[in-house]
Amino acid sequence: MNAQVPFTAAEMMTVAASRLLRNGDVCFVGIGLPSAAANLARLTHAPGVVLIYESGPIGAKPDVLPLSIGDGSLAETADTVVSTSEIFRYWLQGGRVTVGFLGAAQIDRFANINTTVIGDYAHPQVRLPGAGGAPEIAACAGKVILVLRQSARAFVERVDFITSVGHLDGGESRNRLGLPGQGPVAVVTDLCLMVPDAVTRELTVTHLHPGVGAENVRAATGWKLRFADAVKETPTPTDLELDTLRQLQRRTALAHGRAPEA
Amino acid sequence: MAELTSLRAAVESLVRDGDSVAMEGFTHLIPFAAGHEVIRQRRKNLVLVRMTPDLIYDQMIGAGCARKLIFSWGGNPGVGSLHRLRDAVEHGWPHPLELEEHGHGDLSNAYVAGASNLPFAVSRDYAGSDLPHHSDAIRFIECPFTGERLAAVPSVRPDVAVIHAQKADRKGNVLLWGILGVQKEAVLAARRAIVTVEEIVDELEAWPNACILPHWIVSAVCRVPGGAHPSYAHGYYERDNLFYQAWDAISRDRESFLAWVKRHILETDGFEEFKRVLQEGVAKEVR
Repeated sequence: MNAQVPFTAAEMMTVAASRLLRNGDVCFVGIGLPSAAANLARLTHAPGVVLIYESGPIGAKPDVLPLSIGDGSLAETADTVVSTSEIFRYWLQGGRVTVGFLGAAQIDRFANINTTVIGDYAHPQVRLPGAGGAPEIAACAGKVILVLRQSARAFVERVDFITSVGHLDGGESRNRLGLPGQGPVAVVTDLCLMVPDAVTRELTVTHLHPGVGAENVRAATGWKLRFADAVKETPTPTDLELDTLRQLQRRTALAHGRAPEA
Repeated sequence: MAELTSLRAAVESLVRDGDSVAMEGFTHLIPFAAGHEVIRQRRKNLVLVRMTPDLIYDQMIGAGCARKLIFSWGGNPGVGSLHRLRDAVEHGWPHPLELEEHGHGDLSNAYVAGASNLPFAVSRDYAGSDLPHHSDAIRFIECPFTGERLAAVPSVRPDVAVIHAQKADRKGNVLLWGILGVQKEAVLAARRAIVTVEEIVDELEAWPNACILPHWIVSAVCRVPGGAHPSYAHGYYERDNLFYQAWDAISRDRESFLAWVKRHILETDGFEEFKRVLQEGVAKEVR
């Protein structure tokens, strides 16, 4: 049953991203939007999903969304907590992670991720926080799902800096790198869902969120965006998805004294 | 051998100008009191190593303690930018800051290699990334057995590691739990180590597999209750998220930052007085 109450674009984005996680997935979770979507999946259709955070918790089941990647609630609700070096060596590089769930400051048509600089590296216009665990997640997770708000500033023809590799130059170029993971399989935004083309690896819109037109998406993209032959509409959030997300956000706002990103 | 001493004495004798210093703690147990003491004693030209520079290095960079930063994620967690770090990188204030940047997996590996007395660490990362193009500290090697191409990074071997933990016993054996980060690796990779703790107890009462640093690998143990504030100490106090948010405004411009450092660090004689000054500020705001 679909919700009759209106929902926001941010809620649609989080719900659409959450639907891509499955029971049985072992998900390496980035902070912010990915964490909201991963926990929504765990609280709705995928109670068996295992959430791993780079600070060391494995099987975290936080009641409120963490504000930082190393919140105590992650440790308290986890099956175990290991050191940061172990998380990356044994669990991620060891091949135990089926999905990496990441955000980004900037991505390009081949889903390469920039979280390092806008402009020139030596003389940046904007110095971004940097890599975090994303290069390793992009390399070693079985597959990668990206979630970020769509704008022409964030979706650029070619990123200024490849922090974490997606499909590099498209086609077979990622395969030739010999990385263990298959790279990005989906990009979820507040407007649409994109997947890499099977051959060219260029991001292609397959679903538009309700109320969003192709021209809205084009205007928020910095390259000539491709659309699938038959673009579908993303199913609207169900009552359960929306209620669960809103309760999660409410608990989080109470706990942290403010609301994190939807 | 661990000496139970004051934080002031530990920093005086163990942290020297020009040292490479790793003050670790992944969101949890960040040794803020020790960072303040390094600022208070006006150490200079430090090479700062930390996976997440966080507010502790934002303060030290803005106060002019650092010449180089080795790191893997430099934001204010849950808030946004580290403005002092950005000002140093974008405008060279208070002086230029050399950067060496990594990914978390890679930098945590570099600590493991350092603790293992190896010159470098290997991983399956970085093929396709631009990071190796802008760093001498990420190179590729061929596996001598399989011929696979792997990324190599130099090990981290700090002069001094500084961490905060929950407990030590009277001999100086240190116990920490919760999010562990790379503190154990940092201490084992370093020549000298300072540990600040919430409390000193007669018995640690730990499980056999608990994360314990034996007293004979630690140089100094200092009792500093609350010494991880505004980060948290699992079982003792929560993260002060409001302070992390407030830091955004304090650190955004140079004058307000310098005034904060002067009032809270340079004009206080230690962490107890810092806490008192901070409390007075909060009380004033509430009124």
